[in-house]
Amino acid sequence: MEQAILQTVALTKSFDASPPVLKNITFSIKKGEVVVVIGPSGCGKSTFLRCLNLLEPIDSGEILLDGKEISSDKKNIHKYREKIGMVFQSYDLFPHKTVLENVMLAPVLVQKKKKEEVKKEAEALLDRVGLLEKKGMYPRQLSGGQKQRVAIVRTLMMHPEVLLLDEITAALDPEMVREVLQVVLELAREGMTMVIVTHEMDFAKAVADRVIFLDKGEIVEEETPQEFFNYPKTERAKKFLNTFHFEALEI
Amino acid sequence: MDFEFIFTYIPTYIEAAKLTIKIGACGIAGAFVVGIICSLIIELKIPVLRQLVQIYIELSRNTPLLIQLFFLYFGLPKVGIVLSSKACGVIGLIFLGGSYMAEGFRTGIENVPKIQRESAYSLGMTKKQTFWKIVMPQAVATSVPVFCANVIFLLKETSVFSAVALADLMYVTKDLIGLYYKTDEALMMLVVSYLVILLPISLVSSWIERRVRYAGFGNTGSV
Repeated sequence: MEQAILQTVALTKSFDASPPVLKNITFSIKKGEVVVVIGPSGCGKSTFLRCLNLLEPIDSGEILLDGKEISSDKKNIHKYREKIGMVFQSYDLFPHKTVLENVMLAPVLVQKKKKEEVKKEAEALLDRVGLLEKKGMYPRQLSGGQKQRVAIVRTLMMHPEVLLLDEITAALDPEMVREVLQVVLELAREGMTMVIVTHEMDFAKAVADRVIFLDKGEIVEEETPQEFFNYPKTERAKKFLNTFHFEALEI
Repeated sequence: MDFEFIFTYIPTYIEAAKLTIKIGACGIAGAFVVGIICSLIIELKIPVLRQLVQIYIELSRNTPLLIQLFFLYFGLPKVGIVLSSKACGVIGLIFLGGSYMAEGFRTGIENVPKIQRESAYSLGMTKKQTFWKIVMPQAVATSVPVFCANVIFLLKETSVFSAVALADLMYVTKDLIGLYYKTDEALMMLVVSYLVILLPISLVSSWIERRVRYAGFGNTGSV
């Protein structure tokens, strides 16, 4: 079997003294795979992604990147994060920098790449998401969907091995959701390895190679999207999927 | 109103205003530097220094400038440190202003949303890079209104300098009143002098605030 890029072994995480938000999560993703994590709110999806990006310390278990344990190596934490890109729900562009400066900052500062090369690549990527003409603007002059596309480009500029997307359309107006998801779909087609947390079920069906259903901090089901959405095995998953069918509600 | 008197003493007031501005500018620049350093010490949680800074801030904010000046001018000579009036003025202003600047800037740092740091980290930036490239510029921008307010506040505070024999605007005014009993004229010139100094600063600072806001600094923005 092909080796996993990113893996967790028995990952457990709790906040303060409360019961753990993630219990014993064992998970792995191979190169080119797209895994969608879904589940009711508060089930630990976002925390899971934040743990993968080492933004949250974990209680026990392991996180492996290319087979190497990374969660306990605080010294090189930024080196690992370079390889694990993350896009957040809120528009988190740097407000004091223009679009172009936002996407160029990390490659120049962190990877010490040449400015001209980075600029060329940045412009090409911005062009691809249809935002080249906005390159001189400040984030506050953009719509939510545009900001989120810039945020994706900013992360892609680092050439991460795996991309974590944390409900990136949850704060967007409905008409802007599509332009952002379109970009993600294209990335999936090009073979980008991604872990996606989303509430857009149709999008999950379209993009996922594998669906993980998380509830109360545990992996309840792990299936292909066809299996999961058509024939969910557990009561919990059935109940969750039903909340997306309005015609099933009694009026 | 004795206009002849006023015209005669305009040069005196200009001299005094120059002194007020000079001491004020030195004191404010120093306060700015002290403030930034203090807030960095607190923000970066440097042990021992942090506690000292905290004590300094409480001491500075909870004692009047006049008392601080008395301490410098009349107290320190008792232990053999004799400072000139000007030095007392500048040091006093730095001592007072440093804490206000520090508090203002610390609030600015705290107002930078957590997600800003996290997105920088997730791009592989180190803590240091994140602090200097992402947090600092936004913190400075959000602190601009506080800094401007502090500049005006500190310039007004200079009016107590006369207590340590510094020939500033207030000193000259009291002098003229004492010598010639021209109370109305002298006080009017005092008010006008302060207005002439402070109004332009006030206008410039609101212009800077607008510019900073226009550039979208310190504002994650909404849809």
